[in-house]
Amino acid sequence: MPHSIAIKDQNREVRIYGARTVLAILIVLGCLGIVLMRYFSLQITDYEVYKVQSERNRVQLQSLPPKRGLIFDRNGVLLADNRPSYVLSIVSERVEDLEATLTEIQTLLPISQSDLDNFRKKRKWSRAYEAVPLRFRLTEEERARLAVNRYRMPGVVVDARLLRHYPHGELFSHALGYVGRINERESYDLDEEDYRGTFHVGKVGVEKYYEDILHGDAGFQNVEADAHGRVLRVLERHNPTPGTDLTLHLDIAVQQAAFDALGDRRGAVVAIDPLTGGVLALVSTPGFDTNLFVNGISSVDYSALRDSPDVPLFNRAVQGQYPPGSTIKPMMSMAGLQSGLVTPETTVPDPGWYRLPGDSHRYRDWILRIRGTGHAPEVDMHMAIRESCDTYFYDLARKLTIDRMYDYLHPFGFGERTGLDTTSERRGVLPSTRWKREARAQPWYPGETISAGIGQGYMLSTPIQLAMATSVIATRGVRHPPRFVRSINDELIVIPPLEPIVTEDAYWDAIYGGMRAVVHENKGTAKALAKGIQYEMGGKTGTAQVIGIAQGEIYKEDEVDERHRHHGLFIAIAPLEAPTIAVAIIVENGGGSSAASPIARKVIDTWLLGDAG
Amino acid sequence: MGDYVRQLPQGSSDMARAPSLAMRFHIDVPLLLLLMALTSYGLFVLYSASGGEMSAVIRQGRFFLIAYVLMIAAAQVSLQRFARWAPWLYAMGIAALVAVAFVGVGAKGAQRWLEIAGFRFQPSEIMKLTVPLTLAWYLADRTLPPQLRYLLGSLALLGVPAFLILRQPDLGTALLIAASGLFVLFMAGIGWRYIFGAVVAAVSSAWPAWQFVLKDYQKQRILTMFNPDSDKLGAGWNIIQSKTAIGSGGWSGKGWMHGTQSHLDFLPESHTDFIIAVLAEEFGLRGVLILLGLYLLILLRGFWIGVQAQTSFGRMIAGSLTLTFFVYIFVNMGMVAGLLPVVGVPLPLVSAGGTSLVTLMAGFGILMAVSTERRMVTV
Repeated sequence: MPHSIAIKDQNREVRIYGARTVLAILIVLGCLGIVLMRYFSLQITDYEVYKVQSERNRVQLQSLPPKRGLIFDRNGVLLADNRPSYVLSIVSERVEDLEATLTEIQTLLPISQSDLDNFRKKRKWSRAYEAVPLRFRLTEEERARLAVNRYRMPGVVVDARLLRHYPHGELFSHALGYVGRINERESYDLDEEDYRGTFHVGKVGVEKYYEDILHGDAGFQNVEADAHGRVLRVLERHNPTPGTDLTLHLDIAVQQAAFDALGDRRGAVVAIDPLTGGVLALVSTPGFDTNLFVNGISSVDYSALRDSPDVPLFNRAVQGQYPPGSTIKPMMSMAGLQSGLVTPETTVPDPGWYRLPGDSHRYRDWILRIRGTGHAPEVDMHMAIRESCDTYFYDLARKLTIDRMYDYLHPFGFGERTGLDTTSERRGVLPSTRWKREARAQPWYPGETISAGIGQGYMLSTPIQLAMATSVIATRGVRHPPRFVRSINDELIVIPPLEPIVTEDAYWDAIYGGMRAVVHENKGTAKALAKGIQYEMGGKTGTAQVIGIAQGEIYKEDEVDERHRHHGLFIAIAPLEAPTIAVAIIVENGGGSSAASPIARKVIDTWLLGDAG
Repeated sequence: MGDYVRQLPQGSSDMARAPSLAMRFHIDVPLLLLLMALTSYGLFVLYSASGGEMSAVIRQGRFFLIAYVLMIAAAQVSLQRFARWAPWLYAMGIAALVAVAFVGVGAKGAQRWLEIAGFRFQPSEIMKLTVPLTLAWYLADRTLPPQLRYLLGSLALLGVPAFLILRQPDLGTALLIAASGLFVLFMAGIGWRYIFGAVVAAVSSAWPAWQFVLKDYQKQRILTMFNPDSDKLGAGWNIIQSKTAIGSGGWSGKGWMHGTQSHLDFLPESHTDFIIAVLAEEFGLRGVLILLGLYLLILLRGFWIGVQAQTSFGRMIAGSLTLTFFVYIFVNMGMVAGLLPVVGVPLPLVSAGGTSLVTLMAGFGILMAVSTERRMVTV
C-alpha cells in the first residue's frame, strides 16, 4: 500500500478528473437537451395533433337507439312492448385476440352459431370502438359468470337494452308479426345512421308494415369513456325520438275468443268492424310464439316450425287461398239482382242437379245425395241462400256468364289484395276469360262458369278477402278496406272508403233476408247457431272441396283422410239491423261448415255481448 | 454601518454553527434540499397519477422515509469503510445472483428475486451500488489512469454481475450496472483509445447482438419504438398513449388531476415507469422544465462533490453515482417520449416503488459521505 501511494500523482488525477467532469457535464447537457427537444416537439410543435388524439381517446360518439313504439289493442291492452334485457357485446378494438375471447366466452355461456354469424356480420359495418352485440337476454347466472371473469376479458361489455316483447305470444303471432335481428340483406336497405344502435327490425306483419313509424329516430351522445370503454359522463346528448305508439282495431277479447274457438284445428278467423274496416280479430292457427324470433330463433326451433305439416309460419288469414264455396252465394245473389237477370222472386226449378243445354254432364246439388231430390220444385233467392241451393246458382252463373260475374264480384274485393296494412297478403283468384287466357293460356269453358257460381273451380279467396266482402254486405255497399291500425299517436286514422256499390236497398234486404234465414229459419243451413242467440245474425255456410270428386262418386266424410276432408267455411254479420261486425272463418279439413259456424257465434257473442256472452 | 459591524459577529457565529451541525451528521445541505424538493414534486404528481388516492401517496411517503433514513445512515459510514466493505459486498452479491439463477422467485417470466425468511429482495438492485464501489476500491490505490491489466480486471469485475443479470433476463438493470462500472473507468481517466475502441466495438457488435443475444420481445420493443403504429394495440399502445399524454399537455398542461390520458386509464403504468407522461400531461412543458431543472441541479451538485472529493475513491464513486443517476433520467424520459426502447427503468425518485428508490437514496448517502469527508479532512 505505501508504495502504491508513492507512485500516484494526485495532481494529475485531479486534473484528469476535472476534465472528465467537464466532459461528463457536456454529455449530460447534450443528452438532456435532446430529451428537452423531444418534449418540446411533442408538447409545442405537435401539440394540436396530440390534443386531438387525446380528445378522440376521451370522447366517444355513441348512438342512442330509439325506443320502439308500443302496440295496443283498441282498449289499450298492450300487445307489444319493450323490456330491458341484458346484452353481451364486444368492442373488438379493445380485444387483443378476438377469436380467443370468443372461445373463452363460449366456455362461460352458450353462444349459438347464429349468434356468432350475426355478430360477425354486424361487426363488418360497425364503427370503430362500437360495442357489437353477441348474445341477448343473458340470464342472471350468465351475467354473474361474466362479471367474475370480466377482468380477464377487456372489451367485453354487458349492458341493458330494451328488447321487443310480446306479452301474449302466440295469440297475436299472425296479427302483429314480429321483429327479428337485422340480417345482412336488410342492413343494406336500412338507414345506417338511424339503425346504428338498433339490432332489430320488423320482419313481417304490422311490425314490418309500420317499421318507419315504430322505429323512431336514433339520437347520439358524446361520452367520456375510459380505456376499458366504461362511460364516465355524458358530454353532449341528442335524445333519440322514440317510435310512435300504434293502437290497433284489434280487440283482445274477440281475438282470444276466435283463437280459443279454433282450438287446435288449422284455420283462420277474420273479424272486421264494417263501419271502419277495422280488423277486430285476425287469427291463423297454428301460430307460434313470436318472442322466439326476437333474439334470433334457434335452428332447432326454426326447423320445427318450418317443417311442421301444419305450417304454423303460414298466415292463413292473408296468405291462405281457399275456394270460397257457398259463402260466395250472397254476393252472387247481389250480382244477379244488380244485373237485372233475376229479382228476389225469380224461381228456378230444382231437381237436385243442373245441366247445361246440350251437355250431358250433371252438376249436382249437394242436397241430392242426402235427399235424392232437390230443395223444392221451384227455388227462389231467399230459399237458395237459406238452404244453399246449388242449382239456383248454377243457373244464375250461366245467365251471368263468367265475365259479368267478375264485374259484379270484383267490387266485393275478390281477386285483388284488400290492402290490409300487413305483409305477404295474397290476391286470390277471381276468374274471368281474360284471367284464364293470361294465367293459363286457355280459353274459358262454359262448364267452368257453373262451378264458379258456387265458389268452386278456379275461384280462390283469402279469409281477409272473404271478411271484407262480408263487411261490404254489412255496410250495404260501403267499401272500407280492412285496416289494423286505428290510431297513430292517439290520432285516429281514417282511410277514405273505396267507391261504394250503389244499388237498390231492396236488393240488400233480399240478401239480408236470405242470410238471416240461414241462421234463424228452420231450414237454414246454420240453424243450430240460433239456439239461445240474443241478437239477429246473418250468415252463410260454405264448404270447399280439397280433392276433386269424380262424376257419380260420393264424398263420405269418415272415409277420407283427415287432410283430404273438405274445408268448412262460414261468413256472418251481426246484429242484422245495423251490423257492427263481419266475420269470415275457415277451418281446414273441418269436413263442412258446421266446423266453422259455431266459431262465428262465439266471436260475435264476445263482440256484441262481452264476456257475458 | 455601525449596525452592520455590531451584528456581524452574531451572524457569523450562526453561519459557523449551521455547517457544523450538518457536518456532524455528514449531510450535504444543498443536495438534501434538492432531493426534498424533487421528492415532494414527485409525490404531488403521484397523487394524481394514482387517481387521487391518498393511500398510494402515503405508501410512497413511507418508502421515502425509509430511503431518507437509509441515506442519512449511509452518509455516516466513512469512505474507508465503504472501500473495505466493497469486495465483501461484491462477493456476496455475486453469490446471491448465482442463487437467484437456481432458487430465485420469478415474476412476468423473469427470475429476479430471492426470498429469505419471508423477505423478498433483488440482488441485482444491490449490485447497482456494489459494482461502482468495488471498481472504485479496485482502482483507488493504483496509478490513474489505470493500466491495461487493471482495466481488464475492472471489466471482468463488472462483466460477471452484468452477465448474470442479463441472464435473468433483465436487460435494463444489466445495462445500468455495466454503465455504472464504465463510468468509474471513465472518471478514472482511461485513455481515449480505449473509449473509442469501446464505442467501435459496441457499434460493430450491434448486428451480432441483434442476431444472437437479444430475445424476440426485446427486439420487438426496439422495433416498436421506431414504428409504434405497427402494433397499435400491443406493444405500440404504451408508446402511442404516452406520447399522446405528453403532447396533449402542451405548454401549461391540463392541470393537476385533470390529465385525461392517465385518469381514463389510457396511459399504462401511469404511476410507475410512465409517470413522466402524467407530469407532462398535467403540468405541460413548464412542469417538465421544472423537473429537468431539479435533476440538472442535483447532477451538478453530484459532479461538484466529485470534483471536491479528497481521494481517488471518493472522486470515482461520486462521478459514477452521478452519471448513473443521469442515465436513469435520460433512459426513462427518453423511453416514455418514444426516443428509446421501453426498458424497465423508473423515473428516479418520482416513480412509485420502493426498490429503486432505496438504492438511489443509498447512493446519495454515499455521495454525502464523499461530500462531508472532504470537509472533515479540511477542518
